[in-house]
This record gives sequence, C-alpha cells and structure tokens, in this order.
Amino acid sequence: MDAILAQLLNGLDKGGAYALIALGLTLVFGTLGVVNFAHGALFMLGAFCAVTLRQLITLETVVIDPEQLSAWGSPLEIRTPLAQTWFGDFGAVLVDYSVPLSIVLAIPTMLLIGIAMERGIIKHFYKRPHAEQILVTFGLAIVLQEVVKAIFGPNPISQPIPSAVRGAFDVGAMLGLAPGALTYPMWRLIYFLFSLGIIGAVFAFLRFTTFGMVVRAGMADRETVGLLGINIDRRFTIMFGIAAVVAGLAGVMYTPLLPPNYHQGMDFLVLSFVVVVVGGMGSLPGAVAAGFLLGILQSFASMSEVKQIIPGIDQIIIYLIAVVILLVRPRGLMGRRGMMES
Amino acid sequence: MTNLKGFSRRGVLKGGLAGILATGVSPLIFSKGAYAQEFCNAPTGDTVTLGFVMPLTGAYADEGADQQRAFLLAVEHLNGEGDGGMIPTFSSKTLTGGGILGKKVVYVTGDDQTKPDAGRDTARRMIERDGAVMISGASSSGVAIAEQALCQEKGIIYMAGLTHSNDTTGKDKKRFGFRHFFNAYQSGIALGPILGDAYGKDRVAYHLTADYTWGWTQEESMIAATEALGWKTLPPVRTPVNAGDFSQYLTPVLNSGADVLVLNHYGFDGVNSITQAMQFGMRDKQVNGKDFQIVLPLVSDLMAKGAGEAIRGVYGTANWDWQLGDEASKAFTKSFGAKYGQPPSQIAQTSYAQVLLYADACERAGTFLPSAVIKALEDYEFDGLGNGPTTYRGSDHQCFKEVYAVKGKDAPANPFDLLEVVATASKESVTYDPAIFGGELGPDTAAAC
Repeated sequence: MDAILAQLLNGLDKGGAYALIALGLTLVFGTLGVVNFAHGALFMLGAFCAVTLRQLITLETVVIDPEQLSAWGSPLEIRTPLAQTWFGDFGAVLVDYSVPLSIVLAIPTMLLIGIAMERGIIKHFYKRPHAEQILVTFGLAIVLQEVVKAIFGPNPISQPIPSAVRGAFDVGAMLGLAPGALTYPMWRLIYFLFSLGIIGAVFAFLRFTTFGMVVRAGMADRETVGLLGINIDRRFTIMFGIAAVVAGLAGVMYTPLLPPNYHQGMDFLVLSFVVVVVGGMGSLPGAVAAGFLLGILQSFASMSEVKQIIPGIDQIIIYLIAVVILLVRPRGLMGRRGMMES
Repeated sequence: MTNLKGFSRRGVLKGGLAGILATGVSPLIFSKGAYAQEFCNAPTGDTVTLGFVMPLTGAYADEGADQQRAFLLAVEHLNGEGDGGMIPTFSSKTLTGGGILGKKVVYVTGDDQTKPDAGRDTARRMIERDGAVMISGASSSGVAIAEQALCQEKGIIYMAGLTHSNDTTGKDKKRFGFRHFFNAYQSGIALGPILGDAYGKDRVAYHLTADYTWGWTQEESMIAATEALGWKTLPPVRTPVNAGDFSQYLTPVLNSGADVLVLNHYGFDGVNSITQAMQFGMRDKQVNGKDFQIVLPLVSDLMAKGAGEAIRGVYGTANWDWQLGDEASKAFTKSFGAKYGQPPSQIAQTSYAQVLLYADACERAGTFLPSAVIKALEDYEFDGLGNGPTTYRGSDHQCFKEVYAVKGKDAPANPFDLLEVVATASKESVTYDPAIFGGELGPDTAAAC
C-alpha cells in the first residue's frame, strides 16, 4: 500500500510538469488555433532564466596568488563571490534561494518573449495550414535551442534546491502511516503544489475576470466577439504571453529536479503533445487531467513488478495510451465533439 | 644530331624496359606508391592524422569535454610542445617529441553525441574523408563497440577511450581494437571486499541499471561480486540512457525491502540518479535495521563534482585518480592542470595514455602498418603512465593493471578533492581467464578501407 501511494505521489509530481506544459500548449491552440511546436523551447527558456539569475548572483572575483600553489602545482586562483562580498549573509541567502527568486525574472522575461514571438512570427501564420505552423514553430524551437547552446554550452547546468527544503518529507506521518513509511522529496512536493497553484490561477483568470470571459468567448466564436468591437487579437496575443509565462515558470521550478540543457524543451515537447492529444485538442481541463493521468501511468509502469511482466513498458506507456485514445476516441478524453473526428 | 648506329629510339625504349623488368628494379619503382597504399590511410606526407571521437553532447558530455582536453594535450606533447607530460615517465623511450615516426601529428575531432550510430558515422567520416590512420575516443561502451567494429572492417587501429563493459574486450573484442581502461568484472573484484567490510554480509541490493551493454555487464559483475559476499539481489530495473528524471525508478526502492541501492549509471545519468536518490532521503533511512547505503560502482571526479554532497561516503571504483602519488600521475596532473586550470579525470588519463601507447607502438614497429602496430601492442609490458606496471594482453587486447576502489570524500580540502582511494586491487588480483567472456579477435587484415 505504501508503495502504491508513493508511486501515486510520484505520478502527480511528474504529471504536474506535463500538465503545466500541456496547459500552455492548449491555451495557444484554443485561442490562436496555432499548433505551437516552440512551446517546449519556452519551458527550456524559463529554465535558463533560473540559470542566468544564478550565474549573475554567483559572479566571482578571481585573484591569482603566486605565493600559494594549487594541488597540481600551479599558482592558486582565489575566488570570492561578489554577492557575499556586497551583501554579506544576505548574499548567501540570495544564492541559496536563486531558483524561487528566478520566478521574478522569468515572469516579465517570458511574457515579453511570448508576445514578441507571437507578434513577430506566429501572427503571420494564423491563416496558414497547420503543417506550415508546425514547420515554422519547429524551426523557431531549433533556433532558440541553438542560441541557448551557443550561450550556455551543451551540458546540463545543475541548480540547487534551497537548503531549507532539501531532503524528504514524511508524508506518511500526515496520513496516519508509520513514521518513515512514506517519505517524498520536499522539492517535488513543492513542485506539485506549485503546478496546482499555477493551474488554479490560470483557470481563475479565465473564469472570474472580464478579460478571461472575453478570451473564452473568443475561443468559442472569434468572429462574433470581433464584430462586437472587441480587439480579440490583442487579448489573444496576451494569452500567448501568458502561455509562455506558464511554460517558463514550469521550467524555472523544474531546474533543481533536472539540470537544464538546451535540448530539454524538445524532450518535453513530444510528451506534452501526447498529453494534449489524449486530453483533447483545445480542452484546458482535458490537458490538465491528461497530464496528471499520464504522469501517474508512467510512474506505475516504471515499477519493477510491472516491468518484469512487460519489459520496456515505462518507455511506451504514454504513446500506447495515445494510440488507444486516437483509435477509440479521436477527440480525446475531454475534447469538443467533432474535434479531430471528421 | 649524333646517329648511333644500330640503336633506334624504339629499340632503346624496348630494351630499357626489358632491362628494368629483368633486373628487378621495377618492384622498387612501383612499390613506393603501392607500399603507401597497402593499408588504409597510410601517411604519405610529413604529417600523420589521428581521429578523436568524443561525446561532446548527450549523457556523457562532461566526460567527452575532458577527453578532448587530454587528446589535445597528448598531441601537443607528441609534437614536442609543452612540458611533455607523461612522456618522460613512460617506460618506453621511443617518444622524443618529434611526432610519430618523424611525422608531425595532426588531428580531427568529432562529436559522437553519446550515441553508437553517431559515433560510427563520425569515425567513418574521419577514416574516409579525413584520412585518419588511428581512431580513439568514446566514453560509452555502446559507442566504443560500434566504432571498434567499424575500425575492424576498415583496418584502422582503434584505441578505445572510456569503455567499461566486459563486452568491449570480451564477446565484441576485435583485432584492431585496444582498451586501456579497466572493466566491470574488475570493478566487481576490486569493490566486493570493500563493500563486505563496510556494509557486512547480510544485505539486500536493488540495482538500477543503464539499459545497454555497459549497464548489463556491470550489473552482472556487481551481482556476482556481492552475492559471493552473501548479499541478496532484488530483480534489477533497467533504465533508459539519458533518462534525466529517475524519480519513477527511485520511488519503488523505498518500499522494496532493499537496504543498498546500486546505481549502474555513468556520466550525467549517474549524477542525476544519485542526486535524486539523496533528495528522496535514502541515505537517512534505516531498512532491515541497517543504514541505507548507495553504491556507484563506476565513478569519476567529473561525476563527483556534479553530484556535490551526494557523493560523500559513496563507494565506487576508478581507473585512475589525479591524487595518486606516483611520478607519472603527478607529471600528468601538473601538465594538465597548468594548461586547463583543473586536474584531469580518469577519462583524460586513459585517453592520453592510449594516444601515447599508439605512438610508441608505431615507433617500436617502425611503421604505421596496422598489423605491425598490433603486434607491437600485443602482450606489451609498460610502466610510467599512472597505473603502475601494465600489460596489454594479446589474447583480448585488455590492459591489466591496478584497479582503485574509491570513496566520496567527507571533507574535501579543495573543489577538486572529491574522491579518495581507499584500496588498490593488484594487477594479479584483477587478471582473469579471457575465455570467460568468449569472443574472437578476428584477422589483422582489413576487408576494405
């Protein structure tokens, strides 16, 4: 039972990342009708916002001391972090909390990147076939990842978990289980709660604000909303920016779990498309539900008991589900009737 | 014009040609070109081209970057630049800084992306387009085995980089392939007794294993070594290379009843899996009344640097460590540190040694002809390259030398002081019968260049 609960928790944590990326992807598809293959790159750019901030606040002064020798006999380099020189203990706290602090940098950066991407390139492809949209956004994704590779190099750059939330949390004790029976990494729990918070905020924004209401109306019938004198294009542009922020924040908070590299966006892109297809193209609740569902299924498929029966199932389970869904219910779990069914 | 009676131009030409053929001069005239072409990419000018294939991207990219540094340093030293590194400490004194056989060493480099197909394609390009007479590289056994097979087909000497699978010089061994690095079987021999002493004989191990040749053979070797101690092994779980997030494989470990986690992962995979295992609080747990332990059977300084605090107190094995006190290791570390500002890792040492060993074999053979170089390397005994007295066994082209059991340092003195050697398995103790892994070396002639 403990093992099942632990695996369920793991599925929810993985599903949180899938749901956040799929949510942004669906927002773009639902509003602009664009299949955005550069969405994974936005996740990656968000992750590199965290890398950038950390590199800035861990800048060091290097002084070569010819009097002292390194372990291999060369003059010793003495490195002093600037943040600690300037801010003392507060500088150390800044360095320790660099990942959550990166959210402050990521929100405006990703909003600007999203809006620039939409205004600069994607708006020219609204009326083009989906195949052309896919080609241009895929090309954009490659350009973005090569730019990141040129700046930051090809290797993953690890980001630390703040020291206060390192280690595992005894979830079992909260559920009345024996102490230590069900422990889970604290940062992964934070990520899960963070993803729930972001998903809740997006839904609340769309549901309870006038802006959101207009966007939902535009998603249902763009022309009629336009005829009412509302500049729906501007709102959709902002929604593209918001989708970029959601992907970027998912990327920022994921960095301590998996050191980011330039290719990370592509790795998540395919998965998130499968999530969107399973959830239903254009369905926001479908994207979220499918994200968590596929995360949980992938986690259970990785258990040794399951892998012994079907070796390699952990690698194909998500795609297997997608095939079944496409055959049995092409519009996805919560897709609109008629979507992808004609 | 003088008219020589009895001689016509046609007659002179005919007679001259006949004379040349009859006196046996013709083989000397025509063999110069023929000799140059009698083996693949025979160097004809005043340079010799070596091909270095490394993982500059992918799961083992950190290793590849250090490998590249070592290759470039080796070329520099062969050409007489820099301080010579391990050339002065090398037991063979054929290398004098004048290149190889008087030809200046030049090189081409390429990225294998930590993928066998990409590595093979890159090596093929170096052989067919760049004229490389020797290929060296790889830090994945899957890549090394693929490149080694290609080199066997092409008749090019392959000096493997970091490859630890038993298969490289076992079932997949090749006449043209040579491995200086140790293997998984030797890791088991070196690490087994250390684990027995540290963690006792009543343990339950859970293996997470990279799903390719190296992972499989390391898992097999570690299970054999630990079960010989009396440990039990739960069914191993195979994980994809470059998985990134291992959490779904780590979660079941917590409730499996295992009290030791053996991570058969390397490079970034090893860094990620051990870091994530620490995030799960595994080292703080008590299972079966014992402290939960993690073992990383193959570990490098680069991984230790990436893993940070997670590596502390963790046992593993290594081919070499920059803090070994012998003169060769000190000379190499000094040379590498002066050039790159950091000490070399084990992949740097093995890659550097391989280039020197190839150059030395050519010098001793007096030719680049692969069959002669192969003969010069087979059963060659040498010293002074950082691992003590070493033998390149002729029957499987595996080097036999000391193997080091290492442990993550609890209190590093500097950012590079990450691993400490806790035991040395002697060359004799890690020597085994080549028949246990089977395989055939094959011929020393190439099918086609």
